Amino acid sequence: MSETTVIQVKDLNKKFGDFEAIKNVSFHVNEGDVFGFLGPNGAGKSTTIRCLLSLIQPNRGEIQLFGKHLHTNRKEILSRIGCIIEKPDFYKYLSAQKNLEIFARISGAEVSAKEIEGMLEFVGLADRAKHKVKGFSHGMKQRLGIAQTLLHKPDLIILDEPTTGLDPQGIIEVRNLILRLKNEQHKTILLSSHQLSEIEMIANRMVIINKGHSIVEGSVSDLLNAEELLVKFEVNDADKAKTLLSAYTVKAINTTTIEILLNRNEISSINKKLVEANVLVNAIEPKRKLEDFFIKTIQN
Amino acid sequence: MLLKNTYNELIKIVSKPRSFLGFGALSLLIAIILFAMKADGSSIVSMVTDSFEQTLTFNGNVINGNLIAFIILQMLIVHVPLLIALVTGDLISGEAAMGTIRMMASKPISRTQIVLSKFIAGALYTLLITLWLGFLALFVSHFIFGSGDLIVLNSDGLVILPEADVFWRFGLGFCVAFLSLLTVSALSIFLSAYSENSIGPIVATMSIILVFTIIGSLDASVFNSIKPYMFTTHMAAWRSFFSAEVPFNAIYQSIVILVLHIFSFLGMTLYKFNKKDITS
Repeated sequence: MSETTVIQVKDLNKKFGDFEAIKNVSFHVNEGDVFGFLGPNGAGKSTTIRCLLSLIQPNRGEIQLFGKHLHTNRKEILSRIGCIIEKPDFYKYLSAQKNLEIFARISGAEVSAKEIEGMLEFVGLADRAKHKVKGFSHGMKQRLGIAQTLLHKPDLIILDEPTTGLDPQGIIEVRNLILRLKNEQHKTILLSSHQLSEIEMIANRMVIINKGHSIVEGSVSDLLNAEELLVKFEVNDADKAKTLLSAYTVKAINTTTIEILLNRNEISSINKKLVEANVLVNAIEPKRKLEDFFIKTIQN
Repeated sequence: MLLKNTYNELIKIVSKPRSFLGFGALSLLIAIILFAMKADGSSIVSMVTDSFEQTLTFNGNVINGNLIAFIILQMLIVHVPLLIALVTGDLISGEAAMGTIRMMASKPISRTQIVLSKFIAGALYTLLITLWLGFLALFVSHFIFGSGDLIVLNSDGLVILPEADVFWRFGLGFCVAFLSLLTVSALSIFLSAYSENSIGPIVATMSIILVFTIIGSLDASVFNSIKPYMFTTHMAAWRSFFSAEVPFNAIYQSIVILVLHIFSFLGMTLYKFNKKDITS
């Protein structure tokens, strides 16, 4: 295993009674990765994440974090991880500040009152610090969850569906926050999400799991570029464009748009070809690339 | 980490309104008993003393702080377990119901430390409830009714304990009562490890106490072999301190049984919680 490998999961298995929730799941996450963890509902994502955090004891397989076995170095490893699992739950009868104080005390690091204040400021909850969590909206709890995750300055951040239930503004805020953590603090992030566009935008590597198996793993760009891409060209003469592009598979056409399957590196040459043939190209739009790749992978 | 999390647990207990329910309920019940004894104490006590008046003459302050404290203890020690279970039965299951258990268990604190810190916090709460009961029963009663010899009617008959010979009995009696309540606390924490809602362990604790108490009071020989080992049999051991001759051996035996139960419940909680997959 490389020195820069932060998470190494090998042949992980977990059974609940007769139900095999995960079967031989394997993947690795490198230092500095924003790692997309994808799969449909019930695929085994949450079970795998809970195994990584020692909330669930796997029946078989190996988990190493920071080059150490989780089973024998649990405390040391968990002190370097910050996480939100599914949804952040807090003590509703306590204030935001008190909640952070409680989790800070068992985080394995010394966190000062000033740092807690700073973190509340960072997630935009400074003015609600003394308010009880029971009055918080889902978005506010999510932000408090992120504050709790970052409080002890972890090296690895595990976010399981961090944007679930958030409004568009909240989703953008969380996405920007993840990008800041990646770019400014060089954190390693494992991000499980149903928002495929989000993963496509911020993850550099990913794994797709389905029915408890890991199916594909690799660099997001490599995986997606290896696939043909459906691209929509908005043109002034779609019929003429279709004739010019007869070598390609046309998926849809109307008077002003034509959708064709091609490789990413062919987009510019096709654009040039159309323009040289006096077909005006008003817009070029790749269509939901990861979504198609995800569905195709799951169906296969 | 154990101390830090015990501090966390105490903050949680102090911040929950239900934690004060026990103190409020005790205060109210004792206030009602004190009011009743002040208003009609002589007729209540005469129901006991009348049967002895042909052979004995009662002089002095019969309805005094010591007698009232004893009556309060007799009446309330049965109900205090419910007030204890209300808080301790929620310590683990409440976290599972809220979802905070997964936040907690994913921190660098061992599950053993989580259980131990909850047990210590639960024990401190139980101690505070016992002390509050003691304070109200002894000191407030003495303040209102004054002091005097304690007249106790038990299975040996009427026992009159001189005023100077009473305080240490109350002190040790409260220590054993605390141990009984700590057993209830350990039982409810154990049941709490099996549940993911708050009500279940509280109801289950009271049901177990009720069933065991009924078995203990049944005059059926089939239960005679298990009665000495049931913790409920020993929960009233504090009363033995108010016998003319204190049966220390029997009290030691009760203490051993209660302590064994506490450690057994704690051990089973640790085993269960350490093995548990946290899926909530």
